[in-house]
Amino acid sequence: MIPYEEVILEHWRNPRNKGRLPAPDVDVVEANPLCGDVIRLQLEVRDGRVKDVRFDGRGCAISQAAASLLTEMIKGKTIPDLKGFSDQELLTALGGVVKTRLSCALLPLRALKKALSSL
Amino acid sequence: MMDLAKVRADFPIFQKERPLVYLDSAATSQRPVQVIEAVSEFYRKKNANVHRGIYSLAAEATELYEEARAKVAGLIGAAPEEVVFTHGTTEALNLAAFSLGELLVGRGDEILVTAMEHHANLIPWQLLAKRKAARLVPVGITPEGELDLGELARRISPRTKIVALVHVSNVLGTINPVAEVAELARRVGAKLVVDAAQSAPHMPLDVRELGADLLTFSGHKMLGPTGIGVLWARGELLSEMPPFLVGGEMIREVWLDHATWADPPAKFEAGTPPFAQAVGLGAAVDYLSSLGMEKVRQHDLALTAKALEGLLSRDYVTVYGPKDPERRGGVIAFNLRGIHPHDVATLLDQEGIAIRAGHHCAQPLHRLLDIPASCRVSFYLYNSMEEVDLFLSALDRVWEALR
Repeated sequence: MIPYEEVILEHWRNPRNKGRLPAPDVDVVEANPLCGDVIRLQLEVRDGRVKDVRFDGRGCAISQAAASLLTEMIKGKTIPDLKGFSDQELLTALGGVVKTRLSCALLPLRALKKALSSL
Repeated sequence: MMDLAKVRADFPIFQKERPLVYLDSAATSQRPVQVIEAVSEFYRKKNANVHRGIYSLAAEATELYEEARAKVAGLIGAAPEEVVFTHGTTEALNLAAFSLGELLVGRGDEILVTAMEHHANLIPWQLLAKRKAARLVPVGITPEGELDLGELARRISPRTKIVALVHVSNVLGTINPVAEVAELARRVGAKLVVDAAQSAPHMPLDVRELGADLLTFSGHKMLGPTGIGVLWARGELLSEMPPFLVGGEMIREVWLDHATWADPPAKFEAGTPPFAQAVGLGAAVDYLSSLGMEKVRQHDLALTAKALEGLLSRDYVTVYGPKDPERRGGVIAFNLRGIHPHDVATLLDQEGIAIRAGHHCAQPLHRLLDIPASCRVSFYLYNSMEEVDLFLSALDRVWEALR
């Protein structure tokens, strides 16, 4: 019955990098008003790289798992690298997401784009 | 009792190879072949613009359009000239807010709304209050999810010009005591606007018994086509109300600098009306009438009672709204402990069960319930007791998978 890949369930149950940074360089909130999903994303940037990252939020399994996975994927990456981060990259890492739920999966990526544009 | 097998056979969408358990009729109903054929036959054989042509095809189309109006009027105990066709409940409520607002509301006046309104019966009143420097006065709900009638009685006053009330909540399922509210409104001279989108399709409804002044509903939630809705208002009120949308066909005479209006209902039907959709709605009313609205209500009630009992007996489920099925329409909103409604809906979809998840266009109510969203099942005349069982057992599997 589970249409979610194991990676989604695993990240949902054991989120990585969840919490707050003491002194983030950027701190953004992105929400999906349709379902009430909320993602807060914080980045610490050193020498043009993501030195550390945290997320916090509430919502469905897909949005929260995607946020957790995204934090792992972006840690240590350079800012120009991240500007090219595509929707497909995240969706592939999630093992695919049913089309009715794309907006859930991509919410954390919207938060990342917002964070990058405010750097 | 209804012959359920016969009813289901009328709905082509249930003939698909993969069985569909459709539990989202509060969003839109499915359509029987009688309605689909009526619309198709109209386009094939009767199509012409209504109330315009001199030729016989146009006269025939006009006759069918007006026949549909009479059928709708008959369903709700109204006179045909009191029935205005709109493009849906939302347009009907915008018409009501604009037109009644022009007629009745001034600076410092009050408009009563409730915490359980659909956005369509809330935002038009918000904008009206702003335009007229009037006050929007909200009335809350009880912990059981019913209208707080005591609070309404305290808040209504001679300053109240309009009371806007949903008949059956599209989230809580609550059937509101319209007749009692009508009496309170009548005493202070306020007009009562009733959003019947979730009640007109599901239960016998008589506008005189309800005591409302204005009432709205949609065709697509009652087996009819999309793009058609109904606004009913008392004849004398409708005559006084100024028009909302203006343009062709709603006029008596037009000069370059001014115009006069046709009598209702034409006054409120500017432009080419959704006439094929009206014919389809007429066929839907025929279908419902042949079954009998009381039987439709009893069928909904049996399904709701079974689903409600099943949901309430599961300790991982929270149900919103009245626990007594008799006090509800065929709508149940609920949540699974710690699981987001979208995850529930996606997993049920894997088993061919279609339910709604979200805020159901009632954000203030969800805020009041302190939840971001909810799951919702809703029933109609084609749903079966077996489908309720399928849904409940699938829900157990969702819980096992995600707990």
